[in-house]
Amino acid sequence: MRMSNKTADRIATAVFYFFAFLIIAVLASLIGFILYRGLGQISWHFLTSPPETFKTGGGIGPQLFNSLFLLVLTMIITVPLGIGAGIYMAEYSRPGRFTDFIRLVVEVLSSFPSIVVGLFGLLVFVQYFDLKFSLLAGALALTVFNLPLMVRITEQGIRGVPREQKEAGLALGLTRWHTITKVLLPVSLPTILTGTILAAGRVFGEAAALLFTAGMSSPRLDFTDWNPLSPVSPLNPLRPAETLAVHIWKINSEGVAPDAAQIAAGASAVLILTVLLFNLGSRWLGRFLYRKLTASR
Amino acid sequence: MKKTMLVLMTMVLALTLAACGSKANDNGTNNAAGGSELSGSILAAGSTAMQPLVEQVSKKFMADSKYSSITVQVQGGGSGTGLTQVSEGQADIGNSDIFAGEKFKDADAAKAQELVDHQVAVVAMATVVNKEVGIDNLTKQQLVDIFTGKITNWKDAGGKDEKIVIVNRPSSSGTRKTFEKYALGTASEDLPGNIQEDSSGTVKKLVGETPGAIGYLALSYLDDSVKTIKLDGVDATADNVKSGSYPVWAYEHMYTKGEPNEIVKAFIDYMLSDDVQKTDITDLGYISIHEMQVKRDEAGNITK
Amino acid sequence: MNAMRQPSPGGPGDAKPAAAPAQGKPDSAGAKKGGPSAGNPARPKRSRRSRTASEWQGKAYTLICVAILIVTIFSMVFFVASKGLATFFTNGVSVSEFLTGIKWSPDGEPPSFGALPFITGSFATSILAACIAAPLSFCAAVFMTELMPKFGKRFMQPVIELLAGIPSVVYGFVGLSVVVPFLRSIFPGQGLGIAAGAIVLSIMILPTITSIATDSLSNLPRGLKEGSYALGATRWQTISRSILPAVLPSMLTGVVLGIARAFGEALAVQMVIGNSPHIPRSLFESASTLTSVITLSMGNTVKDTVQNNVLWSLALVLLVMTFVFVGIVRLLERRARR
Repeated sequence: MRMSNKTADRIATAVFYFFAFLIIAVLASLIGFILYRGLGQISWHFLTSPPETFKTGGGIGPQLFNSLFLLVLTMIITVPLGIGAGIYMAEYSRPGRFTDFIRLVVEVLSSFPSIVVGLFGLLVFVQYFDLKFSLLAGALALTVFNLPLMVRITEQGIRGVPREQKEAGLALGLTRWHTITKVLLPVSLPTILTGTILAAGRVFGEAAALLFTAGMSSPRLDFTDWNPLSPVSPLNPLRPAETLAVHIWKINSEGVAPDAAQIAAGASAVLILTVLLFNLGSRWLGRFLYRKLTASR
Repeated sequence: MKKTMLVLMTMVLALTLAACGSKANDNGTNNAAGGSELSGSILAAGSTAMQPLVEQVSKKFMADSKYSSITVQVQGGGSGTGLTQVSEGQADIGNSDIFAGEKFKDADAAKAQELVDHQVAVVAMATVVNKEVGIDNLTKQQLVDIFTGKITNWKDAGGKDEKIVIVNRPSSSGTRKTFEKYALGTASEDLPGNIQEDSSGTVKKLVGETPGAIGYLALSYLDDSVKTIKLDGVDATADNVKSGSYPVWAYEHMYTKGEPNEIVKAFIDYMLSDDVQKTDITDLGYISIHEMQVKRDEAGNITK
Repeated sequence: MNAMRQPSPGGPGDAKPAAAPAQGKPDSAGAKKGGPSAGNPARPKRSRRSRTASEWQGKAYTLICVAILIVTIFSMVFFVASKGLATFFTNGVSVSEFLTGIKWSPDGEPPSFGALPFITGSFATSILAACIAAPLSFCAAVFMTELMPKFGKRFMQPVIELLAGIPSVVYGFVGLSVVVPFLRSIFPGQGLGIAAGAIVLSIMILPTITSIATDSLSNLPRGLKEGSYALGATRWQTISRSILPAVLPSMLTGVVLGIARAFGEALAVQMVIGNSPHIPRSLFESASTLTSVITLSMGNTVKDTVQNNVLWSLALVLLVMTFVFVGIVRLLERRARR
């Protein structure tokens, strides 16, 4: 007997609702699980004190700092390069073989597995350029995946600028470069900024590539020494640095501290909260900039 | 926008310069004109299993007022990475839980010759099983039969009727080499269906949770979640290792390329001092090198 | 433009809303800043030469950036290939043994270097993961665009994007503490294996496929749906007969991108798959992937030995597969456009 259309429709709708709520349930329980296990661990002490090797009560202070600093370093390298290449793609490139080729390069670069990027970093930045395991080597490796994202974000942002605005600039006798820097970039800033922050979230959680480039240990840091040349300064880009994600990996695998599991749980929760913050932050900033730029004055 | 970019570029440049600057400091030379205080930095890289030990000692070392101008950086990365880096001069010390000669084979044997071995501690490994298995002793032959797949059920080794699940290490692992050489006396096969984990934490978790599981762990990782079993009736304890009656142990090596310079030597000497050997090394579950009543060479020959 | 649709950065939900408003109001601050009078009063006086100079410098700068991109990719291919091919040329391992051999024992006597177990393991986990994730993603996308658009946009999309931002170590950690014990209690075996890997990966690639599906669903011409409803079709009929066929090509693109991401994922998989270098007899038996064996052994091997070089060969396989996946995606897109 053939099912009536209505019944089929009802069943299908129920199935869609079921799966949608299943996904939500999985997500909620996933995030809930991590936060439930980890939130209890988070305290000011936990966030600021250095880890302990074989005693309880260690924190994640240096790791948290390293993650943020590595992020800043990566952005310092990526943003100018990514915006430059994005401008080229949006404004200077002509349709043709070369442009197609660059597009392919961007696409392939962003699809490389992070472990392959990490190995490349190990070979080239760590060994060949002799940067050793260092923040700089880590930042360069992260640049490899972040760069194509920046290029796309910039290109998309600039292409989103209405034609009239661009033409107005050109009509005023501005050169193309001035039109780009004075008109196109400021207008597309909200898009570029939101995209950048979201990309930053990904950098924050990366571990596989950093295992081989930034290393798995954090040397003694002297948080009163802000001279980037000093080997104990937190700002020295040539010191090895263990980020939060790498730290979770390490204490899960070799941790001998009795509270290793709790620390891993706490650190995971911190990591998730930070990513959440990045997501919310980029949304908020996008909306804020949009309002600011469109406010009638 | 252009200005912003200029600022960014300047920052990049500054960082690069900073990078070059600190590199110059990194050579680990001492600038003590009077020869009294040593300063410089040391990079020790290698075995992840040794990392907690070296990190702990380095903290103590740097806190010592005599050495406060020396910075010690400790890196993981694995024994292979450590040996590569020390042999290429990227690290001052290569931490390894295996003799360098066992890693640099055949064509690379010459590289091992350049490295000077400093044995700083002894690590012993115990066979562990899931608590539910119901045995507390295995003979060497039984162990061999289990790890080569001849025995697949615990009832054939005196336990209950439960399938044996082997939690092994990857074939590149130094811990596995030690276990094969001194516990089994033969290479073990990678049997289909066995589990391989490189990290002690994961091995412990899996042996503790998986019914019928067997694996091996360094003494420092042992706790109530797994059952430690005797080998041929001998307990895996520090005392039995020292006297030579429990055979499954290995040296923890710190390799230097050629003889170490002053500051590296200061650190290794500190590592070997009674102060460290009697406290930190023992606390972390290692065995002091000075208390060993037997010695072993690379080929495995034991001398009293 | 594909990876743009990949999870977090520039997930379609985010980049666009911000771009669209800027488009909607052409008289924004950009125009104000853009006017020569507003920005830099000195500029109009500049000579023609300095203007062309700045134009030239600007263009050169962007070209340098592009050149860096190209250098990066070529050096990656070059370095990985030079190490990866050394296994075959310097160490004399035969390519056919590497690709078709099923025995992996690089430290054995004699050593053997069959990588087939890893290659099959990688394909099995990532394809299975896509099989789990694709229908779920389609449901989620339909739900967000057709059934409850408001709730979907407000709540579900951000949550799915958050999913993309969760670091892979955390996934591995949760997989080992939740998925593995769960599978162990239901199925024979130890819980570790391809099934566990695929479940963890399917959650990780869900955002990738969902965002592409949502994207193509919301880009469908309105007429398509309305026409179908006007003909008296129920919602299910509309979805199954009009919408699904229309979005199928881009769904496929999403699935391939998901597989590509799953293929290259390392840490989360390594924690839950068991790492036995054999082709498993069931989904619940310990197995390996290309990435898991690299993470497991890289640190233990010494540079320039055959044991180390062969790991680079595995990395080279990953690299080549990336090109293959990108190629497939391009092919699909070209067909979808037609």
